[in-house]
Amino acid sequence: MRSSDRWTGTALALLGLAVLWSARAFPSVPGQKFGAGFLPMLVGAGLVVCALALIVRSWRGAAYPGGAAGDATDGEPRREHFGSSLVIVAAVIGYIVLAERLGFLIVAPLCLVASFLALRVKLKPALFWAVAGTIFVHVAFYKLLRVPLPWGVLRPFY
Amino acid sequence: MDAVILAFGLVFEPYVLMVIVLSAIYGLFVGAIPGLTATMATALLVPVTFFMAPVPAVAAIVTATAMAIFAGDIPSALLRMPGTPASAAYTDEAFLLTKKGQAELALGAGLVFSVLGGIFGVLVLIVAAPALAEVALKFSSFEYFWLVMLGFTCAIFIAGTDPLKGVVSLLLGLLIACVGLDNPAGAPRYTFGSAELTGGISLIPLMIGMFAISEVLRFASGVDKPAMAIDRPFGNVFAGMWTLIKKYPLQLFRGSALGTLIGALPGAGADIAAWMSYAMSKRFSKEPEKFGTGHVEGIVESGAANNSALGGAWIPALVFGIPGDSITAIAIGVLYLKNMNPGPMLFVENPQNIYAVFIVFLLAQLLMLPLGWGAIKVAKRILRIPATLLMPLILLFCVVGSFAINNTLFGVIIMLVAGVAAFFMERWGFPVAPTILGVVLGTMLEEHFFSSLIKADGNFWVFFERPIAGTLGALTLLIWGWPLLKSLLARRPV
Repeated sequence: MRSSDRWTGTALALLGLAVLWSARAFPSVPGQKFGAGFLPMLVGAGLVVCALALIVRSWRGAAYPGGAAGDATDGEPRREHFGSSLVIVAAVIGYIVLAERLGFLIVAPLCLVASFLALRVKLKPALFWAVAGTIFVHVAFYKLLRVPLPWGVLRPFY
Repeated sequence: MDAVILAFGLVFEPYVLMVIVLSAIYGLFVGAIPGLTATMATALLVPVTFFMAPVPAVAAIVTATAMAIFAGDIPSALLRMPGTPASAAYTDEAFLLTKKGQAELALGAGLVFSVLGGIFGVLVLIVAAPALAEVALKFSSFEYFWLVMLGFTCAIFIAGTDPLKGVVSLLLGLLIACVGLDNPAGAPRYTFGSAELTGGISLIPLMIGMFAISEVLRFASGVDKPAMAIDRPFGNVFAGMWTLIKKYPLQLFRGSALGTLIGALPGAGADIAAWMSYAMSKRFSKEPEKFGTGHVEGIVESGAANNSALGGAWIPALVFGIPGDSITAIAIGVLYLKNMNPGPMLFVENPQNIYAVFIVFLLAQLLMLPLGWGAIKVAKRILRIPATLLMPLILLFCVVGSFAINNTLFGVIIMLVAGVAAFFMERWGFPVAPTILGVVLGTMLEEHFFSSLIKADGNFWVFFERPIAGTLGALTLLIWGWPLLKSLLARRPV
């Protein structure tokens, strides 16, 4: 926890500096001392100050309140599968990249199968629910709500 | 009076009533499944409400959230897993009651006191909101500036355990709000030449990401397989409820009042209301030693509190456009989409819509009795649905929902980035609520700050000259200064 504060602090400080640097370039409102750069300036300065405070606090190692729910201080050992989360993120990225090209009806079931398998659903139910889920969403959003879900290569069959 | 009659007409229409019943069932389902929260229920509803008229859209959100907060009690009692974070405060208590063979008492108290607390919150909303709107009509940019500041302050100091990280979260939210053209100079900020970004970061995909995708990722990275604590049909859950009401009227009132108040404070919602009420109940109880052994008193008080918080949260949301919790933060986004911009003018221009919201709120509480009873009856079957099947379907729903708001894949990108960010923020102890508040209120803050600065013309004291602005300002500064004062006082002896 404390060590994570150290490097999130560093990252936030860098972000703050970048924001401060960018804020100079924004134009001001005509006739006013301040302009579009004012709020970014405050945010950047605030980020730098808070980030430094975070880093200092973590080095001093002082006890402080808080801590995430899933923190190691819980006492309970927790096994974690970051692999499954990664597959899910990859599935969404895959959708973003491929949906327009291949079409919703091809990409959606693939994303679903990948996510099901990542969560250790057996292959048969995974295939079944991937197809059923895709059809359900297609009917609900494309047919009923008229959301223009991409057709991609299936365009000719439209 | 005409407006009230109009409002009844708006609500008691077959289509709206159907929306209410369907969203009630949906809310009960989502609330009862551990890992799916009431906020997530709202975020997932938005793409669907997008295609509805204002009243049914708001009705769907109000009904679904009320049901979800109650339904969160069901797996608490049966699996020792809160269905929503709002039930976490008394999950152990409810589960221990079940273990003692009193599942009916735990579930019944959860249901009945949810309804009563909910009604209390709505009544306060009905009385307070129009009165506040009357006052708010006279507000200038100074009052709004301080209100927003006070909102941020509450989110950081009341809702969070670590103020420093709360401030960081808020700043990140404000930074997100900076993106786009919507600023006093009308200059493109952080758009990196992208046409998509000039319009700013869309609120709805952002919320879907932060509240739904992050939950899916959290579910995927953990392993929890709880066991059902009861293997017999339920008896009458309403048995003994009247005795409870007669035994704990003060607890009911205290929980509802505290819940409404916490709900109305920006950034803190039903979950914090439940924790605080549970602590208060134990503190003032005549039998504090029974708490934590399967004692119903804490369930009465905090069960009423978390449902009353829902009504409370709509007070600042409707009157000032400042969300009282994460659910209303999403709801405000919906109101803007529906051209029902929150603020005191809403009460002047479209009172029938406001009254319709009130009626829906009451209706939802009353519906909760029969539908909640039904949900308890089928609870064991709902809880047997594996979450591993639901989560990918929710994922697809989120993807399509984020796409549907503007019909661009850019919404899906925002959703994914926000979801991953929220997942890591939670892990590293940064609260998400201040970020949301920063995003929702960033534009408002900047706008009012600038008009105040122009009016002040270099004189800082003008910010405190009007009585209400001065009070709000002093209060904000006092809360900010308090931890500093306290730490200075505490450090002296060392």
